[in-house]
Amino acid sequence: MSNALYPFAVFFAAIFTSNILLTNYLGMCSFLSVSKELETSAGLGIAVTFVMAVTTALNWIVYELVLIPFNLEYLRFIVFIIVIAAFVQLIEMIIERYSEGLYFALGIFLPLITVNCAILGASLFMVIREYTFMTSFFFGLGSGLGWLLAIMAMAGIRQRLRTAKIPYGLEGAGIALIIAGFMAMAFMGFNGMISIS
Amino acid sequence: MLSSLFVSVSVITLISLFLALLMVIADATVGNYGMARITINNDKVLDVEAGRPLLSTLKSEEIFIPSACGGRGSCGLCKVKVVEGGGNYLPTELPLLEKEDIDNLIRISCQLKVKNDMSIEIPEELFSVRQFETKVESIRDLTHDIKEVRLKLIDPPSIEMKAGQFIQFEVPEYELTDEAVYRAYSMASAPSETDVVELQIRLVPNGICTTYVHEHLKEGQDVSINGPYGDFFLRDTDRDIICIAGGSGMAPIKSILLDMAEKGSKRKARYFFGARSARDLFLVDEMKELEQKMEDFKFIPALSEPQPEDNWTGETGLITDVVHRLVESAPDAEAYLCGSPGMIDACIKVLSDLGVPQEHIYYDKFA
Repeated sequence: MSNALYPFAVFFAAIFTSNILLTNYLGMCSFLSVSKELETSAGLGIAVTFVMAVTTALNWIVYELVLIPFNLEYLRFIVFIIVIAAFVQLIEMIIERYSEGLYFALGIFLPLITVNCAILGASLFMVIREYTFMTSFFFGLGSGLGWLLAIMAMAGIRQRLRTAKIPYGLEGAGIALIIAGFMAMAFMGFNGMISIS
Repeated sequence: MLSSLFVSVSVITLISLFLALLMVIADATVGNYGMARITINNDKVLDVEAGRPLLSTLKSEEIFIPSACGGRGSCGLCKVKVVEGGGNYLPTELPLLEKEDIDNLIRISCQLKVKNDMSIEIPEELFSVRQFETKVESIRDLTHDIKEVRLKLIDPPSIEMKAGQFIQFEVPEYELTDEAVYRAYSMASAPSETDVVELQIRLVPNGICTTYVHEHLKEGQDVSINGPYGDFFLRDTDRDIICIAGGSGMAPIKSILLDMAEKGSKRKARYFFGARSARDLFLVDEMKELEQKMEDFKFIPALSEPQPEDNWTGETGLITDVVHRLVESAPDAEAYLCGSPGMIDACIKVLSDLGVPQEHIYYDKFA
């Protein structure tokens, strides 16, 4: 594959073949707790996509320009978390002030995202896989969209489940985890589509 | 080795410092909403720093809105009427509000942030609500599952309440709860006893507060409460009084009766107390004493399932049946009820049959 197209391959791979939620099982806590309503799931998913795309790019810059020159790669866990937390906080303050519509749609989810492990996960994968800046950005964007796709599919299924008869003891998180497992298996069907290292 | 340690520490410090600086700048510019003016009941005016939730803004002005979850937006108790300046409803408020709340401009005050001038309405009585630091003076068993807890007020040292009102008891973090929670309990002490708050707390299996009080609370321990709240209190009229209570519903009725006795009230009063068997009865001697002290008061305990060993000679049957049997008609009476929702609903029905007007039936339902 030519180099110019590589970021796009990563982008699609992150959505389908290596979905961060369904293949790596990251970002599980908010996935399980928020996936009860389609509308809130969409809001959270969009917020995750936005934050993931931007923080992956930001963390790439911090990693390449600060951590590598000082040989401090091992500090990436702490530094990435600080960057993500500060970014989320800043964005929340800004949109709360300037856009009520955006705040109502995304802002209330932002505090939930600070501790979403999928976002830190995306930044860490970017380092392990040695992505370039562009690839990192598209990887973050794709991972976020993949997460959005998974949580919305889950919310759709759970809305249906509300009227279904679920065995005692499996209600709530129990059945949700089983469904997440099925969805992960279903996504394996995309496997041959794109393969990236 | 040492220099690499130095480098890593300084890099982390610099990154954090840079981000912290950004936050401080943002806080002072983007997050700075300046001052706002809150008008309460078209009368009281507060100038406050904007940008914080209404609940905590009011709290720092010493106005306490009842709240059970501590501002996390999960209990929905901190409702406040916002006439002007509230803006649109937040998605976090809507699940906690009924349609009629929205029609009445009710907002969830822990979610709504003060961003501009506002005009709000809150019940006058909330102005007298305070936070009290107290010490447990004594704990004793009233029955096998009800404890009497007396709290000595430390700061402020006295409370001004009406007989029948309740306070909120703060349960600190412990095994059953990972955050402080508040539970409401009626005061059993007389309003004249201003330096003590007496509570009657019945053990509910797995109840967060009741388990705490029954199994963890010790004499001498510090407890925070806030209050007084509630519109269940003795009305100043000449009507006859019918009190009906069950279990720890004794508390506010006891306060009401003590208040009447102290003030030398000449009103006719009947107190029906429902219990299952003799082991659920308590404070019988105190009530008999009040019968002597007061002009025209009778305590009528009734057992629904008296045991053979109780040797019970008093009234038996459900409390509603006993009331029906002993009160023939009472169109001029006032009723005070305290107990479980089921008991109260049944009592209201019986009292209506006896001719007690709806507007003269006051009650405090255990939620």
